[in-house]
Amino acid sequence: MPTRGTIPVAQGDLLGTLRRLLSLLLEQNVVDAVLVPVATPDGRNLVPTLVRDPERLVAADPVAPVMPIQSARVVSQLTFTEPTQRIAAVLKACEWRATVELTKLRQVNLDRVLTIGVDCYGTFGVLDYGAMAAETPDLTMRLLEEVHPTEGFRWPNRELRTACRICEHFVPQGVDVRLEWIGADVREAIGIELQEKHAALAERLGVQEGDLLGREEAIARLREARLERRDQAFAAFRQQVRTREGLLSLFSACLRCHNCTVTCPICYCRECIFRTPTFDHASEQYLKWAGRRGAVRMPTDTLLFQITRLNHMVASCVGCGVCEDGCPNDIPLTVIFRAIGQEVQALFHYEAGRSLEEELPLAVFREDELHVVER
Amino acid sequence: MPEAFEPRIVAFLCNWCTYTGADLAGTSRIQYPPNIRIIRLMCSGAVDPVYVLKALLDGADGVLIGGCHPGDCHYQSGNYKARRRVAILQSVLRQLGLEEDRVWLRWISASEGRRFAETVTEMVQYLKEKGPNPMRGEWAI
Repeated sequence: MPTRGTIPVAQGDLLGTLRRLLSLLLEQNVVDAVLVPVATPDGRNLVPTLVRDPERLVAADPVAPVMPIQSARVVSQLTFTEPTQRIAAVLKACEWRATVELTKLRQVNLDRVLTIGVDCYGTFGVLDYGAMAAETPDLTMRLLEEVHPTEGFRWPNRELRTACRICEHFVPQGVDVRLEWIGADVREAIGIELQEKHAALAERLGVQEGDLLGREEAIARLREARLERRDQAFAAFRQQVRTREGLLSLFSACLRCHNCTVTCPICYCRECIFRTPTFDHASEQYLKWAGRRGAVRMPTDTLLFQITRLNHMVASCVGCGVCEDGCPNDIPLTVIFRAIGQEVQALFHYEAGRSLEEELPLAVFREDELHVVER
Repeated sequence: MPEAFEPRIVAFLCNWCTYTGADLAGTSRIQYPPNIRIIRLMCSGAVDPVYVLKALLDGADGVLIGGCHPGDCHYQSGNYKARRRVAILQSVLRQLGLEEDRVWLRWISASEGRRFAETVTEMVQYLKEKGPNPMRGEWAI
């Protein structure tokens, strides 16, 4: 059984309390380093930062609504060659879920990682966040005070990232430690849940008995609204691809810049087939194709790239939406991948990021299954 | 009079079973339509969807993936993994409004020359009724 409790917020200073908590982990030698979002010197962005000196936590903010890169990638970088030192990684729910997938793909080693999952009310695009932060000191607290029960974080004339607006997985499941502010009075106390094997941390971190009243209800209300928005987005997508013109226009802006593969936390191949000469042809060949079809789009294979990426990634897609952030031409990749991924994952009774135990669909098989695809 | 539609099929056949079955069809002089272009791989489990998609988007009317019968894979489980890959591929194609029934997965053993020939005949007939792959006419893909 996990241990549940609360952490009192000293002098109404939530961020100070969270920094103190992380600093305790370093001072009490629970871990050797903490990976946490820290504000850049200009205050307009927060980047995953590996902190060893507790004093460097002064600008750390695990609540701030911005995710310039997916920390699961960083966790991979920090654990891939199995370091001897211990790390605490502060992760939003989708970062944790991508970490779960990467662990199963053998790109992350969690042996010496204390995973600290945090509630997420949604994130804004980096430029939106920068503009908001520039004009608002204490932005995180302002956002928390004005949290909307069915939208999460909200700001005039700014919208949450698409992925967040349709995200029902905003509470991380299965992390070692979870820090909770949904349903909390953040000037008074936040919630904490520790897995059984980390129960001993409760005393060292000053966890008090109690629970957040109204947390379950707040979660249910937000989730319901998010699911409704998600299903609307899925329906609009399915409507668009009912015609071939609709499908082609969905991807027509693709440059084949491959930013989506660069930003995607799960797309980990060191050598991507689309970065090799596999689909480079003799110059004469393109002229031949142009002759056969009358014309041919250059460079070729944009749709091939997109549909292949779908095939390679959907089974493990956690819907974090950083592919769309990376796309210079705003291809709605988040909804495409989430909608298609939902059906593909259901084929295998799988949900990406749900559990470390569930085996990756393409790593296992059953003898008696899927006969419908045999002809 | 316009020429009758002759479907073009790209086939990815495993070295140990289906390719050998195709070979047997030939050495046994079993007739089958010439609409098929065969690519030999070591295992149906090695068929990455990218190659199937490349064929379809470049205008192939059908893609046949041939592997050993369940339980007979030379590498134990490659054909079971191929089946999962094809299930994902067909689901993605269907959800994008593309025709997933142009992709066939069939188990044909090394001794089934006749079954290979019948498969090609059946697939050609099916694709003739279905008509040409509409992607062949698209230039901006």
